[in-house]
Amino acid sequence: MIHEVCLITKIEAVNPTITKIKFQSQFIANSAKEGQFVNIRIDETSVPLLRRPFSIYYTTDKEVEIVFGIMGMGTNKLNHKQVGDTLDVIGPLGKPFNLDDGEDISILVGGGLGAAPLPMLYRSLQQKNKQTVIFLGARNKNYLLKNYLQASYISTDDGSEGYKGNIVTLLENYLSKSPKKNYKIYACGPTQMLIELIKVANKYKVKCEVSLETMMACGIGICQGCAVKYKNSTKKYALSCVDGPIFNANDIEL
Amino acid sequence: MINFSLKIRDVEFKNRIFTASGTFGYGLEIPQLVDVNKIGAIITKSITLKPRVGNPPNRIVETPSGLLNSIGLANIGLKEFLEEKLPQLSSLKTAIIVNIAGNTIEEYGQLVDLMNDKPEIKAFELNLSCPNVKEGGLSLGTNLKTVAEITKLTRTLTKKPIIVKLTPNVTRISDFAKAAESEGADAVSLINTLVGMAIDVKTRKPKLSTITGGLSGPAIKPVALAKVFETVRTVKIPVIGIGGITNLNDALEFFIAGAKAIQIGTANFINPHISVDILTELEKYCEANGIKNFEDIIGSIDLSDSVSINI
Repeated sequence: MIHEVCLITKIEAVNPTITKIKFQSQFIANSAKEGQFVNIRIDETSVPLLRRPFSIYYTTDKEVEIVFGIMGMGTNKLNHKQVGDTLDVIGPLGKPFNLDDGEDISILVGGGLGAAPLPMLYRSLQQKNKQTVIFLGARNKNYLLKNYLQASYISTDDGSEGYKGNIVTLLENYLSKSPKKNYKIYACGPTQMLIELIKVANKYKVKCEVSLETMMACGIGICQGCAVKYKNSTKKYALSCVDGPIFNANDIEL
Repeated sequence: MINFSLKIRDVEFKNRIFTASGTFGYGLEIPQLVDVNKIGAIITKSITLKPRVGNPPNRIVETPSGLLNSIGLANIGLKEFLEEKLPQLSSLKTAIIVNIAGNTIEEYGQLVDLMNDKPEIKAFELNLSCPNVKEGGLSLGTNLKTVAEITKLTRTLTKKPIIVKLTPNVTRISDFAKAAESEGADAVSLINTLVGMAIDVKTRKPKLSTITGGLSGPAIKPVALAKVFETVRTVKIPVIGIGGITNLNDALEFFIAGAKAIQIGTANFINPHISVDILTELEKYCEANGIKNFEDIIGSIDLSDSVSINI
């Protein structure tokens, strides 16, 4: 983990609603693991007051990429940044995906902007020569995050691209065709999607890790703000920032 | 270099910038991000007799320049604190102040009694002001009699400094400071968070699971400053200022108003080394302004052009 001021080197529209920012940080680029995040202070004012967490989207030798859509005052201000501006970044943070679960087929499922952690994960799985199947869903085609990913299945709520409907439906169709294989699902997206997805994973007895999005303040386990309820643990709450954001699907209650 | 040290009872703190309870963990979590040994004192998360899991999510909401929280005193409890955390804390070269919270008057006594023999603990801060728990907390801290009783009881049990942390959710905070002082408190710290709430207008549900929570951050700084200003005029014991301090200017305002020391709270969540940054800037400020004795700044507010009102 490092706290540094990073130079923005590139800003580009991934599609009409999603922007990508690339910034310099050799340390984060080299130490980041799949599913981790960075906590960014947008500017020095107190609006927004808190840092904003972003999944690490992609890394190169010395640079890190994040993606965002305009959701509120933080991302609105972030959208006004230009190449040459700086970002105050703490990272990499959080517990990464476990890539050593021994599955034969890795299934990656991303919902909307929630798909942000998938490109790094996909790259690492490819390096391990894993057979990978990717599912991407979004409300419409402008929210699909397809870069760096070879998506096999795409759905949109409005049918503007791929199957019209829910990505979890496509996932279930897929699993039902050859239910006995040794799969593992890596999923990230809106909480409601994850809830439905976990039901499907459990129905087919497939291992599943999910990436959660919660309100966060410090991102480093100090404030205890990002509590997530554990299912069967003597410890009642996990902290999404240090115990997650990646969790085994059946360890937590959404 | 200017001497920023401060003596409370017989404990000398090397400088007057402390980290506020609940905003710096147990002081052990982030050594990669801040040199904790430069901080005047680390005040631990509130320690309770038994572990507390804390409140259900959502526990935090951001408001304009503010943070509403309802953590619910989540902490590992006295036993684990003494066994797991305290031995590690002894390696730090900064003073450790343990913040304690009880459900009853007697629990404050038990907590002090069970920690009094630990040399690593330099002082106790009594949390009489947590707004986010059902028992103890605010119900004790908004009652003059219980504030006096808890101070009195803990005073009989320890010779270490006792700092009483006060809530602003009362009619007149300085009355509470006076009650603590008269029962032997060595200092008061203020303010804890202000009770607040936020509503999601789409769902019409409160944004915090506990409906209300405690507001902190820059939004509360003017309130905190006024309460400190009021209190330093009422008691002789040191007043430690807390509330929305995020930079040198904020820190100076509290010292000029009369605070002997300050605590940095919410700002730690945004910049974990903010305390050390402010200390460095304070040194530069004193040097640039020819200030040799830091006590000269404290309470140096110039009221010559002010209209006198009842404070």
